[in-house]
Amino acid sequence: MFSDFDFNVIWRALPYMLQEGLVFTLTLTALATAGGIVLGTLLALMRLSSLPFLPQIAAGYVNTMRSLPLVLVIFWFYFLVPYIGQWVLQSDRPIAVGAFASSLITFTLFEAAYFSEIMRAGIQSISRGQLMAGYALGLNYRQVMGSVILPQAFRNMAPVLLTQTIVLFQDTSLVYVLSIPDFLGAASKVAQRDGRLVEMYLFAAAGYFLISFTASTLVKRLQRRIAIIR
Amino acid sequence: MNYTWNWGIFLEPSPEGVGTYFDMLLVGLKWTIATGACAWVWALVCGSLIGVIRTLPNRWTVGFGNAYVELFRNIPLLVQLFLWYFVLPELVPASIGLWLKQLPNASFFTAVVGIGFFMSARVAEQVRAGIIALPRGQSMAGLALGLTTAQTYRYVLLPMAFRIILPPLTSEFLNTIKNTSVALTIGLIELTARARAIQEFSFQVFEAFTAATLIYLMLNLLITAAMRWLERWVKIPGYGQGK
Repeated sequence: MFSDFDFNVIWRALPYMLQEGLVFTLTLTALATAGGIVLGTLLALMRLSSLPFLPQIAAGYVNTMRSLPLVLVIFWFYFLVPYIGQWVLQSDRPIAVGAFASSLITFTLFEAAYFSEIMRAGIQSISRGQLMAGYALGLNYRQVMGSVILPQAFRNMAPVLLTQTIVLFQDTSLVYVLSIPDFLGAASKVAQRDGRLVEMYLFAAAGYFLISFTASTLVKRLQRRIAIIR
Repeated sequence: MNYTWNWGIFLEPSPEGVGTYFDMLLVGLKWTIATGACAWVWALVCGSLIGVIRTLPNRWTVGFGNAYVELFRNIPLLVQLFLWYFVLPELVPASIGLWLKQLPNASFFTAVVGIGFFMSARVAEQVRAGIIALPRGQSMAGLALGLTTAQTYRYVLLPMAFRIILPPLTSEFLNTIKNTSVALTIGLIELTARARAIQEFSFQVFEAFTAATLIYLMLNLLITAAMRWLERWVKIPGYGQGK
């Protein structure tokens, strides 16, 4: 069963797995989270705004993204981004977009839909009295949102935002379908080159588990601490 | 954009010999629904079981349930599918491994089991939350009436808990359907894989993906409508359910 389990395969692949694979995965996770939260907050503000059309546009975007499988969205953007780039830059042929840029755009736009639902709940968790108090003090919309509502919304939603980041971290493994060497892609490359699927896939699973489990334990602790303060 | 649109592509015969490109998509949809439905049944059965044992007054079952949920929640679905598909046949005795590898539709069964277990951890969380949400008096009343623990769950707690968690279960069902697309990595030719195949055969990439997108959206709307109807149908008159 495990009689020919070869730890040397993992040991030899370790530098490549960590330096190439894990760095790609973590960078993509961090940048897509940052972009996703910014864009998601904007979508949430659009959705809660009283201007015409903005709520409908935001709702349409969020609901569409949330009903589609991530794999399909990855394929969509992989083929679409070169054409969008051509249109933006006014060049005469579709521009070449690197694997990293393509997946970063995909994950930012996709996860923004999920982050926007979290931020919408966060903004709505702040009582309307605070909004009115802000206006009564003479603050404008930007000031009320920027200095009163959003800081509290972020604070209330911090555990949920971080949990979504863990989901995003796990979702990045799907860039495998574009043959990108992220953490799983690197493991898969070595596995197929050396014919050691058992070792490499178990190692990849252990790596993902360790990071996600540690992170979610920390999030739970944070949740308890925030709960005590409030 | 110098992209040549050709929406007529769906009526052209597919390179597979039978049917049109549109029929290709429909066959993919059939596999998506079959895999999603089977995986959902699996997830519901395992998830309910694990969710229940996590609420029992027994340290060992709670510990086992917690470990189960953490295990299946903290490994990406894609990696879990690879473990079931590539690793499991190597770890079991050789004869069983060979049988697993030669199974017809192996990727379908693997997808059902893999997605089923993955989603069961999420279902277990919901079931547990639903049972905990009930007032403590309900289980006490059940026991005081002389019901056994099993009867208390069967006749008192679970009927209410499932009604409470029906809306979140709807979105988990939708997630199950969406997650079937991950199984294209182990060779399941479902809807997304079909759209991809059309792109490879005909180069009409955006038509193929638009069609797949619309089909997924329609599937979503249908399931949401059906679940809303189910919610109304099982609703107990007079029991508020938060409204």
